[in-house]
Amino acid sequence: MPVTFKPEVVKEFEGIASRYPQRRAALLPALWLAQREFGFVSLDAMKAVADLVGCSPAQVLETANFYTMYQKEKPGKYHLQVCQTIACLLNGSEEIKKTIQDKLGVKNGETTKDGQFSYQAVECLASCHTGPCMRVNDEYHEGLTPESTAKLIDELKKK
Amino acid sequence: MAEFEPQLTKRFGVKDGHKLKGFLETGGYASLKNLFAKKPPEVIEEVKASGLKGRGGAGFPAGMKWSFVPQNTGKPIYLAVNADEGEPGTFTDRYMMFHDPHLLLEGIICACYAINSHTAYIYVRGEFFEQIERLNAAIEEAKKANYLGKNIQGSGFDLEIYVHRGAGAYICGEETGLLESLEGKPGKPRIKPPFPAVVGLFGCPTIINNVKTLCSVPWIIANGAAAYMAIGTKESTGTHVFGLSGHVNQTGFWEMPFGLPMMDFINNYGKGVKGGKLKAVIPGGSSCPVLTAEECQDLTLSYESMRDHKTMFGTGCAIIMNEHVDMVKVLKNLTHFYSHESCGQCTPCREGTAWEDRIMKKILDGEATTKELELMLEIADNMEGKTICVLSAALAMPVRSFLKKFRGDFEKYCKAASVAVPEAVS
Repeated sequence: MPVTFKPEVVKEFEGIASRYPQRRAALLPALWLAQREFGFVSLDAMKAVADLVGCSPAQVLETANFYTMYQKEKPGKYHLQVCQTIACLLNGSEEIKKTIQDKLGVKNGETTKDGQFSYQAVECLASCHTGPCMRVNDEYHEGLTPESTAKLIDELKKK
Repeated sequence: MAEFEPQLTKRFGVKDGHKLKGFLETGGYASLKNLFAKKPPEVIEEVKASGLKGRGGAGFPAGMKWSFVPQNTGKPIYLAVNADEGEPGTFTDRYMMFHDPHLLLEGIICACYAINSHTAYIYVRGEFFEQIERLNAAIEEAKKANYLGKNIQGSGFDLEIYVHRGAGAYICGEETGLLESLEGKPGKPRIKPPFPAVVGLFGCPTIINNVKTLCSVPWIIANGAAAYMAIGTKESTGTHVFGLSGHVNQTGFWEMPFGLPMMDFINNYGKGVKGGKLKAVIPGGSSCPVLTAEECQDLTLSYESMRDHKTMFGTGCAIIMNEHVDMVKVLKNLTHFYSHESCGQCTPCREGTAWEDRIMKKILDGEATTKELELMLEIADNMEGKTICVLSAALAMPVRSFLKKFRGDFEKYCKAASVAVPEAVS
């Protein structure tokens, strides 16, 4: 289903684009706007981004696919991104991953049926001294234990 | 340890230190008076003389890098700030930007004045949402108070700073990958030469500096190169924010002059190894060759000592591992990371990192023989020095050092080396 940006978002984008001598440079910011406005970056959203930035849909697709933080499918209301890289691994990230998978019944990359939670194992979140850690949407949760992770999920469920 | 004046972290814990008022009250933007009293080439000479090395990992002398910018091309000159902190084990730029965003802006002003740039982009990794908000707020405040914009503090110097949000790709921390990403493309590193100082962002001369490199500059401009040289060691001047993660009782980060013995760092700052004896240290981010406990005994936190121990200073954030760590699982974690983060444009990296990862899985599954260990080393040799950027080498180095220094861990998983295959009967 085709999507379009609201006039105020187009205006916001033009302000961003004016920071760069080449319009294409505003592609990453445009994809962020699309994700904010539409919840994720669908193929239709990519077409709207292409129109906005003035490049081809293929260029948008190529770029969007290169970056892991652009969601190509609708994520859950709470998107759990668990760090699985070395320092978190040393301090127990495997148990955090297992807790989430068992508690929510989802595997890496899946979303719960009710659309509340999606789960993704991600690479280093630059919080190595407070590992294991994860991001819930844009918020960091650090020093996790299986118990605190389960508690956090229960609290989010109640929200 | 010796007394020193914190340069990078002095506003951590200061109430509202991240806001302009708090920043000014604690000596913020004080370097600008000295800065604008000098001519740009004199600023470059001062930073050269200070011995300041790039803090992003490569340790290239900052002043020398600035001197590579040609001033006669007629094109604009750009500064790109590398705030794409993503090297596993590294986590301190995140706090620099959170607690003291104006210090970074002050460093950017110094650098841009020195290289004659009027536009800077701060490339911040996508996950650092709070840092981006704080940087944007700081830029707004600085503009209103004429620390940015036209004719900064009456100096005649103009500068605009913009924040550019990344979107989750380790390779964008490589400086030319970062430039590609800033231009709105996949972050695939560029062939060098030409180097970015000559042909960089939008085809124009560009300097790429790490957050802490720039944050170190205002103190140098305010206090002089000689004062900076007096801190730290001969080849590693000044202070740095050193980090500890993994198996220590107290993880965290501390600013201090270069030169502290690694074991003092682990025992005094990290309160000792957690859960057993020390087994291994990755000294400066996951790309650095791993060190054994024995090698750490006479190691100091400095570029030269790391080099003498055939590893790298990297980002100055060490990952500590205790005696119960299975080095096979750790290396598997790294082969997975690098194969996931390879941008895929160079065959030795794309295929090499994935192949190493497949062999590691085979080893962990108990399906490998010691011949596979030799194969891993052979692949590593074909990954290094044969690609556009150093991501490939950043896995080859750990593979070699893990297999050399902890071979026993790997052999435990391996089946007895092959039973001779009967020759085909013709």
